[in-house]
Amino acid sequence: MSPNKSNFWNMLLTLTIIALTAAFVLSYVEQLTGEPIKQAKDARELEAIASVVREFDNNPFAEKLTITAPNKKSRFELYPARQDGVINSFAIKTFSDNGFGGRIEMIVGFLMDGTINNFVVTQSQETPGLGTKINDEKFKAQFRGFNPERQKLKVRQDGGEIDAVTAATISSRAAVNAIQKAVDAYHNFNTGNN
Amino acid sequence: MDKTSYRNLTRGIVAENPILVMMLGMCPTLGVSTSALNGVGMGLATLLVLIFSNSAISLVKNIIPPMVRIPSFIVIIASIVTVVDLLMAAYLPALHAALGIYIPLIVVNCIILGRAEAFASKNNLWQSVLDALGMGIGFTLALTVLGAIREILGNGSLFGIALLGEDVNPILLFIMPPGAFLALAAMIVTFNRLRKGN
Repeated sequence: MSPNKSNFWNMLLTLTIIALTAAFVLSYVEQLTGEPIKQAKDARELEAIASVVREFDNNPFAEKLTITAPNKKSRFELYPARQDGVINSFAIKTFSDNGFGGRIEMIVGFLMDGTINNFVVTQSQETPGLGTKINDEKFKAQFRGFNPERQKLKVRQDGGEIDAVTAATISSRAAVNAIQKAVDAYHNFNTGNN
Repeated sequence: MDKTSYRNLTRGIVAENPILVMMLGMCPTLGVSTSALNGVGMGLATLLVLIFSNSAISLVKNIIPPMVRIPSFIVIIASIVTVVDLLMAAYLPALHAALGIYIPLIVVNCIILGRAEAFASKNNLWQSVLDALGMGIGFTLALTVLGAIREILGNGSLFGIALLGEDVNPILLFIMPPGAFLALAAMIVTFNRLRKGN
C-alpha cells in the first residue's frame, strides 16, 4: 500500500483531483463522440428502414412525417420510400409496452395498399432465445403480404391468423399489438384525421 | 519472461480463475451467459476495462491515501467504463449494439475492483497489465464455455448456428435464469475436480 498516511487534507485533495480529472475526461470524450454516435444511430435506423421497405433512392429521413394514433395519445414517425419520385412503400416506427420485458420498438414496412411488407425489431428486452424469436424469419414470414384490412391481425389464441412463437405468446402478442398501432395510425392519417 | 511475470499472467486462467475458483463477478456471469457470443463479447469488454483500470491504478497507487483508496478506485473504474462505452458506441457501432446493455454492468463487476485492490495497488505497471490479461482471459474463457453450454442445451445452437433440426425442442430452462445456476454449478464442480486431479 502507499507509504503516506491519510489525513483530512490529503484525502480531500486526492478525491477532488480524481473527481475533477474524471469529469474533465468524461466531458471531453462525450463531446468527441457525440457526433459519430448520432451518425451511427441514424445509419442503423436507415438500415432498419431499408430492410422493411422496397427499393428507394430518396432519403426517407428528410421526408419524415409524424402521424398520430386515433386516440391522439401516441405519435408515430412515418418514412416514405420513393423510387424515381414515386412513393412505393413506407415505414412506420412503432412500439408496444406489452412485451414480456417492457417496451418493444419496431419498424414496420407497408406497401401502398396497406399490405405489410416486413418488420424489424429495433429494441427490446425480451428473453433471449424465447421472446427474441419475434425477430426471427419463421415468425416474420407470416406477416409478409398480410393485409390487416382483410385478415385478422391477432395471434391464433386470440382468434386471429398469426401463429405465436412457441412459449413466447406474450412477446408475439406485443409484436402484433405494435403492428396494429402502426396500422391504426396510418388508417387515421389516410382518412384525414390528423 | 521471468518466473514471476509468467505466474502473474497464467494465474487468472486456471489456478485463480475469477469465475470458477474465486467466484467473483457472479452477477454478470449468470446474467449475460445466455449464448456463447454474449460470453465472448462480455469477456473481451471486461478484459479491456481490466487492462486500463489495472494500469491506471498501478500508476497512481503511491499518491492515493489508503483511507480513500476504494472511492478513488471506483471513480477511476467507472470513468474508464464510460469512456470505453462512448468510444465503442461511436466507432464500433455494430459491436456496441450487440453488447450495449452489458457494458455499464462492467462497473459493478467485482473482478475489476477486486484486482485493483488485491493486485494493482501493490504491484508495478507491467505486472498489473499481465495480471489483468490473465484474469481477463480466464474470465472470457469461463464465460464463453458457460454461454456455449447454455446455448447448446437451451437453444440448440452454438454461436448462433443451429445444431438441431427445427422440430427438436431444446431445454428452454437453460436459457432462463435457473439454467444459469444449474450450468454454472455443474461447471464449477467439474472444473475443480479436474483442477485438483480428483
